[in-house]
Amino acid sequence: MTLAAFLLLFLASLAGWVWNRRAAAALWRGGARLHSLPSYHGGTAALAVAVPGLALIFIWLSLQGAAIDWLVLASLPDAAMAGQDPGARALLQSEIASLARGQVFGTPEPWKLEAAARLTLLGQTSRALLLGAVALISVAAIFLARRRVAAAFRARQNVEHILLGLMIGCALVAIFTTIGIVASLAVESARFFSMVPMREFLFGTAWEPQIPIRADQVAGVGAFGWLPVILGTIVITVIAVGFAVPVGLFSAVYLNEFASPRLRAVAKPLLEMLAGIPTVVYGFFAVLTVAPALRSFAAGWGIDVAPNTALVAGGVMGIMLIPFIASFADDALSAVPRALRDGSLALGATRAETVTKVLIPAAIPGIAGGVLLAVSRAVGETMIVVMAAGLIARMTINPLDSVTTVTVQIVTLLIGDTSFDNPKTLAAFALGMMLFLVTLGINVLALRLVRKYREIYD
Amino acid sequence: MAHFNPGLLRRRKRNEVVLRGLGFSALALAALMLALLVGSLVSTGWQAFTQTHIRIEFPVSAERVKPDDIAKGNFRAAVQDAMQAALPGLPAPEARKLSAMLSNGAQFRLRDVVLADPALIGGSVALTVPVSDPYDQLNKGLIDRATPEANRRLKDAEIAAFDTLAAEGRVSRPLNWALLTNADSRFPELAGLRGALVGSFYALATCFLLAFPLGIGAAVYLEEFAPKNRLSDIIEININNLAAVPSVVFGLLALAVFLGWFGMPRSSPFVGGLTLALMTLPTIIIATRAALKAVPPSIREAALGIGASRQQVVFHHVLPLAMPGIMTGTIIGLAQALGETAPLLLIGMNAFLTASPATPFDASTALPTQIFLWADSPERGFASRTSAAILVLLTFLAAMNALAIFLRARFERKW
Repeated sequence: MTLAAFLLLFLASLAGWVWNRRAAAALWRGGARLHSLPSYHGGTAALAVAVPGLALIFIWLSLQGAAIDWLVLASLPDAAMAGQDPGARALLQSEIASLARGQVFGTPEPWKLEAAARLTLLGQTSRALLLGAVALISVAAIFLARRRVAAAFRARQNVEHILLGLMIGCALVAIFTTIGIVASLAVESARFFSMVPMREFLFGTAWEPQIPIRADQVAGVGAFGWLPVILGTIVITVIAVGFAVPVGLFSAVYLNEFASPRLRAVAKPLLEMLAGIPTVVYGFFAVLTVAPALRSFAAGWGIDVAPNTALVAGGVMGIMLIPFIASFADDALSAVPRALRDGSLALGATRAETVTKVLIPAAIPGIAGGVLLAVSRAVGETMIVVMAAGLIARMTINPLDSVTTVTVQIVTLLIGDTSFDNPKTLAAFALGMMLFLVTLGINVLALRLVRKYREIYD
Repeated sequence: MAHFNPGLLRRRKRNEVVLRGLGFSALALAALMLALLVGSLVSTGWQAFTQTHIRIEFPVSAERVKPDDIAKGNFRAAVQDAMQAALPGLPAPEARKLSAMLSNGAQFRLRDVVLADPALIGGSVALTVPVSDPYDQLNKGLIDRATPEANRRLKDAEIAAFDTLAAEGRVSRPLNWALLTNADSRFPELAGLRGALVGSFYALATCFLLAFPLGIGAAVYLEEFAPKNRLSDIIEININNLAAVPSVVFGLLALAVFLGWFGMPRSSPFVGGLTLALMTLPTIIIATRAALKAVPPSIREAALGIGASRQQVVFHHVLPLAMPGIMTGTIIGLAQALGETAPLLLIGMNAFLTASPATPFDASTALPTQIFLWADSPERGFASRTSAAILVLLTFLAAMNALAIFLRARFERKW
């Protein structure tokens, strides 16, 4: 039905295009001097149909679900709704929805069946109304556009104005995405902070995200202090970046200064392959190969290590970051003007001295920007740590211990649980807010560094 | 004035060798890691591309399966009958117990065959069915027969029975097409990727249909029409920052806005595609702008010179010339989206589902979330299946990247 609305809209705008175009062409054949080409007259009609029609469909679809739910709930007998909390109400709604899909278990009360029938009916009505509204808008738009066909009508300017508006709309999607991120995180975090004081979250040293299942449960009260979680994130990030920076930097230096063109032709795609591997694959690699290898290696030295150590998660994340750092360092080194390099060599410096004393100091801002971006990626990286790091938050910086990270907690708190009314799930949004702010800060700094550096030599 | 110091020169040359060596070993380390990663996946995954099957005669007696109600027939007992008949040397109860050697799907397979041809009742039918996971591992040599019986997943009697059947030539190991054509299952020997492949396809299609036009529109505006003002600056900074926002944050956005506020269906590839589109958008915008920049100004000036409007210049001349570069960037962006896992986990695309989605609005998994699900499964058979699923995913990624490289080499013009 919804598909039919889209199809109808497409056919209507096609029809409008053809009709207007032919009308304009007929004017032209009749000897009139057209201001715009006939295809622009056609375009006017097509856009006049498509733009309002699409807007109508999207607004309709986004409001229809909530409106129907509200109507169904409002029609329920008052006795069923009295004293129900939101959770029970949601349960009731999903029960009615599954009844409407024909999944009847046992013998539900007659008013539930009635509500299910009403839900089905409302859904059908809504879709039929949408189709009707789209048809009405299309016909009206086609006739309005047809009336505007005239020799003097500035159809090209008209079309170009609308297209420009659409393009600005496309560019604004990026802004709306950011607004959406900030708004959703802020709203849900605000709800979290209304249940858990912000002081406790920011300065607490215990992270036990649980909620009492019964009101009188002993020891069921959770603790929401994010310090151990961010400490674990820092430990893993330091390991990852500490591994990736030297390897990536030396690779870039070698590729830039010493490698033969043939080696470069092999090594560059190799690094790109490393960059193209999805992180879930790195996570599985850590669990399947690296963690057992580390365990048996440590067992050989008589050390007993946890299966999900920070070292494994950080190390594998470091492998993922190598190509990232290498490509930033490579760009930064290549951007150093030839004159600096030639000057240094001409003064008798060796290649190594040129690299360490001239090129790297000159490229430092670009390299630092790349390292910062790598830090931000390590902080936000999710799948490797979800699979290879631990779940329990500990205040420790021992790399052989199991630690947890912000992203691990977000994912484990939200998998399989969607009720947004308890601090346990909302805590994920508070963590997400902190993650967003931290990575945003690092990114802004990094991008500024990289840009400033480019300006020096451009 | 200048003192020639042979020691100093030697030291400087040694430093050069050291730096060179460090650089080369860093590169070698990266290559070694890649080789290790691919090697460990291939060495565990290749086994899952074959599956041990047994050809066995199933007697279908009217006592087990009533001709008037076939679907309700006792096919479980019929499978046990088959094992009893196949292992005449064993006492009946033990032989019947060994029906665990056949996959749990055998009885359903038999039911479907009998349903399709009710004339089989009273006779028997020979079928080739997958064996259950422990026997599959045994046949692939992953269970060491030398381990003491108490620590082994299969007991001596079970191994002996399997060997008897193998000696009769009943055991085969064909290519495991079920890995691609079956949906997910609790039983490793029946689990396949069809649901995940269809889900990923729907999600990527949604992502492409949204991100491609939006990305081109935004890039054309910013590159060709945007005035140099505050708003353009803000949009530009915004896009660069969005490209570096962690993917899990997009998952939170989708969870709160798409699922929470708009009430879109949970676990659906459509919502997954929507989320991936928001993540891919910056990649496509940045690639498109680079491609537009690469078109020389002389093209624009020539078109303007013969009277084209600014939009005609862009849509008739610049954009078609930039298309190969745009397509390359888009394909690379889609390849990234295909491997993206975290946001899909948050919108619930890690559900256990034994059917592939019929529409983009049905609950589904995607390739990377299926990998995550299987990696978490305790059954041994899933370890090699996870590696195999990863190899499938990497094959798709490699194909997409190869297509991007091909497009760039074939159609991109150097000016």
